[in-house]
Amino acid sequence: MKHIISVLVENKFGTLNRVAAMFSARGFNLESISIGETEDTEISRMTIVTRGDDQIISQVLKQLNRLIDTIKVTDLTKQPHVERELLLMTLKLSRATQHEIFGLINVFKGKVVDIKQKSITIEVIGSPDKINTTIDIFRPYGIKELARSGAVAIHRGES
Amino acid sequence: MHAPGQKLNGSEIFFECLRREKVEYIFGYPGGALLKVYETLYDIKDIRHILVRHEQGATHMAEGYARATGKPGVVLVTSGPGATNTVTGITNAYMDSSPMVVFTGQVPSSLIGNDAFQEADIVGITRPITKHNFLVKDVRELASTIRKAFYLATNGRPGPVLVDMPKDVLNAQCAFEWPESVDIRGFKPTIRCHQNQIEKAAHKIAKAKKPLLYIGGGVISSEASEELRRLAVEQNIPVTMTLQGLGAFPGDHPLSMGMLGMHGTYWANQAVNNCDLLVAVGARFDDRVTGKTDTFATQAYIIHNDIDPTNVDKNIKVDLPVVGDARDFLTGLLREMPKHTEDRSGWLAQIRVWQDDCPLTYTIESDSLKTEYVIDEVSRQTEGNAVVTTDVGQHQMWTTQYYRFRKPRSIITSGGLGTMGYGLPAAIGAAFGVTDRPVVLFCGDGGFMMNVQEMVTAVHYRIPVKIFLINNSFLGMVRQWQELFHQEKYSFTDLAESNPDFVKVAEAFGCRAMRAENPEEAKLAITEALAYNDGPILVDFRVIKKDMVFPMVPAGGSISDMLLKRLNPKTMV
Repeated sequence: MKHIISVLVENKFGTLNRVAAMFSARGFNLESISIGETEDTEISRMTIVTRGDDQIISQVLKQLNRLIDTIKVTDLTKQPHVERELLLMTLKLSRATQHEIFGLINVFKGKVVDIKQKSITIEVIGSPDKINTTIDIFRPYGIKELARSGAVAIHRGES
Repeated sequence: MHAPGQKLNGSEIFFECLRREKVEYIFGYPGGALLKVYETLYDIKDIRHILVRHEQGATHMAEGYARATGKPGVVLVTSGPGATNTVTGITNAYMDSSPMVVFTGQVPSSLIGNDAFQEADIVGITRPITKHNFLVKDVRELASTIRKAFYLATNGRPGPVLVDMPKDVLNAQCAFEWPESVDIRGFKPTIRCHQNQIEKAAHKIAKAKKPLLYIGGGVISSEASEELRRLAVEQNIPVTMTLQGLGAFPGDHPLSMGMLGMHGTYWANQAVNNCDLLVAVGARFDDRVTGKTDTFATQAYIIHNDIDPTNVDKNIKVDLPVVGDARDFLTGLLREMPKHTEDRSGWLAQIRVWQDDCPLTYTIESDSLKTEYVIDEVSRQTEGNAVVTTDVGQHQMWTTQYYRFRKPRSIITSGGLGTMGYGLPAAIGAAFGVTDRPVVLFCGDGGFMMNVQEMVTAVHYRIPVKIFLINNSFLGMVRQWQELFHQEKYSFTDLAESNPDFVKVAEAFGCRAMRAENPEEAKLAITEALAYNDGPILVDFRVIKKDMVFPMVPAGGSISDMLLKRLNPKTMV
């Protein structure tokens, strides 16, 4: 099962390496990892997407906690949370396809960030599932290049 | 000692910190990046620097010292090759949870990343094999980093920590400030066990008819042997120990089952297989212990106490995890256990039957020598009181079977990593730490050559270590597997033609040495070696080649697959 894990870490050099190396050394799956500073500049937040059964996920959480540079490890999977990913994608553009492409960009609430004679670059934000669907739908038009940020996630606020 | 606030350079701060950590010995080797440190060291008298002959030797010595004393071992090596030579020793300490702090010199900060002379990214290299590591970028962070390094190495599950110190940091000056306390927000080990879990465990133990204590090195590092002894004796529970747990419970006590696992005793393994309650304390269900995991202790309710939560449910799914210090756990059990106990005489009688079915025995022939006899005789002559270090292989397993360890911190051996070459330097390090008990080394002829250069260190510092070379002119354990599982193809394990004359080798180093080829000579040589304390002494025991360690559970097998003796008896050579 897919799990999304939020990890607060010391904002120091080498921390990302410690986490990524732990995943590879222990043979855990690492689907995506993203990292950025938080409101406290000494602390960064990592969002990790991984897969595994309960036993493996329990090991992943404990091994993350065991690293000295991790401050807090939260498995967001079964808690209320918001999860987003950014997609940047350059598509082939022609007279024949442009209307359809523009229509689909609207459907996915995407934005055009660059446009040339024969190509268009768009940005789409959404859950990783939505990003997967977006890519599937646009694929027939010809994807020249794409970049995904990996998921970032956060708890939903208390009411 | 320098007063706080005084302006010092990085090297002076380094030693000031070691003083405050009460470091007695540094195992080290100088080099370009450490010139300033060795300049400062020249006039230091209150911390002893032990000059090794290879940085790997320094790490094993530091670990031997740490395991013998419980205090962290300290290593000091230069950048580049000096640092990379510590990798095996650090990994060994990591696998066996030994407290150790390794200081490496580094090229000046301005050159880091430029492929400078003797530069290696040792922090990158050692990230997966240290508990944590640091690159000190500013002299003002040096003291607090060293404080953290010792704190991390010795608190929670012990382990090695590395501190990389660039040359310019060691030369730069700043006001010396020693942090009185340490607070690392990402490191809050659970020491106290949860009261509810202790009560549940006590309840289960009280009701168990066929309980078994499975004891690991955690009981020794938490100094909980007395609590263990009381629990076992008061509740009448048999005790089996892992390689690192030997000595936690007296090996000559009737409740001691000896070691379990691949080369464990038949009765310990049968007890694991048949117990209704297994209480694991400070042990981690290593594959050498469990064999095939889905046939391990299938009838038992399993309680697992460990200070490291990652060990829980890692290899074996347990019924009751209790995270915390082993001593806290055992103290808690003694507090909560009801006085009256189940009648366990039937269970103990059953174990005695297994013991009689397949005891540890060997034969003595007057014209040839067996390792079992040598170890048995050393055990007798030292009355189980020696600090015993080993290398890795057959002699190591026979040591677990035939040396009757009576006290904690008595076996110093490479368990998790299985590092050949560990024994000699570890014995030297142990002998620096322990002076009131004999320090004995059992070492194979293969492993001895892997760090033979440390003979210089032993001789130079007149370390009274008894080097009992178990010389079968073979890589014996590999040979055993080749015979049993690889069609007797003794591929590159026969050392007979290439081995040196070990007596001459020892003598060339300035070490006293002798040879023993039969039980009578062996007995005399052991007596002589134990009486000699004016430096190291080596005995070259010429043991038979084809001896094999039994019982043996083949790798990945179940207890029921246990080989009890040689399959096709052959003439011993």
